[in-house]
Amino acid sequence: MSIALPKLGLIVNPVAGLGGAVGLKGSDGESTQRQALAMGARPRAPERAIKALQRLAAIDSPFELLTCAGSMGSEEAASCGLEFTVLEGPSGLTTPRHTRDAARAMAEQGVDLLLFAGGDGTACDICEAVGDRLTVLGIPAGVKIHSGVYAISPDAAGRLAAEFVRGRSFETMAAEVMDQDEEALRKGRVSVRLHGYLHIPRHRALTQGTKSSSAVGESVAARIAAADVVRKMEAGRTYIIGPGTTTREVMAALGLAGTLVGVDVVRDSQLLVKDAGEQQILELIKGRDTAIVVTVIGGQGYLFGRGNQQISARVIREVGADNIIVVATRQKLNSLRWRGLLVDTGDDEVDAMLGGYVRIVTGTGEQALCKVGDPDLTVQVQVPIEPPGSGD
Amino acid sequence: MRDITRERFKDGKPILRRYHQARWDEPIIFELGSPGERGILPPPVESDIRAAAGDVLDTLPQGMRRRQPPALPEISQPQVLRHYDRLSQETLGADFNIDVGQGTCTMKYSPKVNEDIARSAGAASIHPYQDDETVQGLLEIMYGLEQILKEVSGMDRFSLQPGAGSAAIYAATSIIRKYHELRGESEQRKEIITTSFSHPSDAACAKTAGYDIITLPPDKDGYPDFEAFKAALSERTAGIQMTNPEDTGVFNPNIADFVDLAHERGALCFYDQANANGILGITRAREAGFDLCHFNLHKTFSTPHGCGGPAAGALGVTEELAEFLPAPVVMFDGEKYRLDHDRPNSIGKVRAFHGTIGSVVRAYAWAMSLGADGMKTAAEIAVLNNNYLLKKVLEIPGVTAPYATGKHRIEQVRYSWEDLTKKTGVHSEELGVRAADFGVHYWTSHHPFVVPEPMTLEPTESYTKAELDEYVEILRQVAKEAHASPDFVKDAPYNCPIHQVDHEPLDDPEQWAVTWRAYRKKLKV
Repeated sequence: MSIALPKLGLIVNPVAGLGGAVGLKGSDGESTQRQALAMGARPRAPERAIKALQRLAAIDSPFELLTCAGSMGSEEAASCGLEFTVLEGPSGLTTPRHTRDAARAMAEQGVDLLLFAGGDGTACDICEAVGDRLTVLGIPAGVKIHSGVYAISPDAAGRLAAEFVRGRSFETMAAEVMDQDEEALRKGRVSVRLHGYLHIPRHRALTQGTKSSSAVGESVAARIAAADVVRKMEAGRTYIIGPGTTTREVMAALGLAGTLVGVDVVRDSQLLVKDAGEQQILELIKGRDTAIVVTVIGGQGYLFGRGNQQISARVIREVGADNIIVVATRQKLNSLRWRGLLVDTGDDEVDAMLGGYVRIVTGTGEQALCKVGDPDLTVQVQVPIEPPGSGD
Repeated sequence: MRDITRERFKDGKPILRRYHQARWDEPIIFELGSPGERGILPPPVESDIRAAAGDVLDTLPQGMRRRQPPALPEISQPQVLRHYDRLSQETLGADFNIDVGQGTCTMKYSPKVNEDIARSAGAASIHPYQDDETVQGLLEIMYGLEQILKEVSGMDRFSLQPGAGSAAIYAATSIIRKYHELRGESEQRKEIITTSFSHPSDAACAKTAGYDIITLPPDKDGYPDFEAFKAALSERTAGIQMTNPEDTGVFNPNIADFVDLAHERGALCFYDQANANGILGITRAREAGFDLCHFNLHKTFSTPHGCGGPAAGALGVTEELAEFLPAPVVMFDGEKYRLDHDRPNSIGKVRAFHGTIGSVVRAYAWAMSLGADGMKTAAEIAVLNNNYLLKKVLEIPGVTAPYATGKHRIEQVRYSWEDLTKKTGVHSEELGVRAADFGVHYWTSHHPFVVPEPMTLEPTESYTKAELDEYVEILRQVAKEAHASPDFVKDAPYNCPIHQVDHEPLDDPEQWAVTWRAYRKKLKV
């Protein structure tokens, strides 16, 4: 009788991070990649993947490693002396489709933990392919690293994988997968979108340093804040519930199953519409007393981002800026370093209406003040050239 | 003959001591001793006395008599001595370590001579129900300390009754609540405003008193955001409760503006002076316009922290709010002292009897031994020590002091190890555990962390330059190790009584007990 070994998956996006060092705002698209290579950029993801894999190579406990051909994983694993099984697939120039196919295949093969070396683009591809079917962990290697799915460094990712292989079990949590419109960014505009969620291990290695090992974890804090919002809900009032894990706690407190990425509409603890579009929302709220309940999204701290089409500028005008309830944990606000929250509805007038200071529900009878819509922040966004943990 | 002093320094820097703490693996005292063992065996009562006096137990009301003897350990004196001495060797308290790592706690020296005074018969053997006439000395001390605190803060009246800093803050919130009640505005005023770097007690006490809390964010300099304050203030505000200087070590230069604006809206202002050690004799609550303030006698005024108590919080108020103070208050008519219990608008008692009298005596002794000039000098030395430490610590690779970059601080600094953590993956808490291998400790920050990977140091006036240099060398060494071999630091400690503890059971009430009795209950024996 054989004992089932822990099964790891590895996907390396060999072109991730190409654009950054030469000043291009990302690495999506073949033309950008060719341009970057012509400018002398060298791929960073493989060496970062190797750094993580070295941790696994150093341990005694056995495990199965499933990876892709060529520079999408096999070369990196081989260079560390690891044994592995190769998925069918190409080994030459790779595309997002290959990432998605590989992720799907790994989900089918029952991989316990999928490691990927890449950036937000890769994270989006994996999210599209497997959603919440797998536990995933990012080895930071891209230019855009705004999603919450990465370890703080390649070494930290490797350490966590090694701990897992040695028998430690982890709780998992939903982490935001963000994407930015690279064309817009090259033109100097920030346009961030909540793409979806991946399930990642809950571990200190994934903290950004502002989270602490306190007894009241962030998920408990989110539950408490959400409960306060629900307690104060009024009969007969329509509530538009925005996307996010904290707003999902609001739905849970109401006893309803909402969508994580979509917008849900409730009234008197009843779910009126799940994953509503802008039109549906406008019809539901016409002439009615309504409030919008949103949380803070992404590493930049968006209340309303351009990609959030459903809660559009029209919807916000209809509801009124005074009827927006923001709920978030103090941990989240601390992690944003109190820079201020961003709004980008696509309508400058509505953005201006939302500016100023907003009260954010952070707990039972607890609120924090936070600034919204500092124009300096929306125009100059520092896209990091070097991913975190790169101080080697 | 070998010159041993040569072995203590290299290139002007202290060589780190080869520290190792004792490990006794000592059982709980209830596991020690044996039935019938006693520390003291009082002699039997002589028959003549018994014949005359009878059995004293007969004078006890039946309802007050125990049915079972108390479940105390049965153990003799030398075993008790050894037991507690061993436990003390396994701790790292203020008497042992260079305790500058406890930011905001102000771990200054608690003079042992004040222990002698507080334990003398005149202080320790009196009873709170004794007639005022018979405790004039103690009342003089209470009154005297009140006058000192009035001069230090500029406030008009003090209560020494609260048994802790938080208790004083809670009493202050109760006064704010009563003040608005009498004005018929308690329904309207349901909010208290505080700041992200204020001591959590400011929010917690207000919450316990029934208020909603509004927290102000820090601005880019680390001060409470004044624009946010303007947005937060309304006719629903009952008061503001804020610490200043905050744990970052910066003093809000616009604190009076906050107070003025709050007053305009009819709100009261409470000044949490846990961090008073750097401003004694330099700036006062009164000049900033505050209505209430408090001091932690176990911080600024040297009384022992006592491992969580007994502590003492002194609560000061303006004349207008004096009627609300806990009763009784000490009055002096020029000749005699007396306790005034006739306080119809008092918020009531906040502590049994008159508070932690032993600490009141110690604080009075400390203040009187220094005098006004001495206290100001103590503050100046505390500030100097802190800025010296700041300069030395910032020379260590990987650490920064966020906010007020390039400026001086008051009495403490909240540092960040974030740069080091990004490079090495070692977190602040792990650095602190490795530092314990050299016989010191440090505190990170209140939760949730605002400053990432924090370390908060407050040297006070009680540590020498040599001790500060040693502390810095320890941090430098640990940082160096973190860069060179992070795993080694992550697997610390190596020289402490116990190794790493799994924290999960600490969050599960089914797996911990803070008393032997609770343990027995949970064990279901």
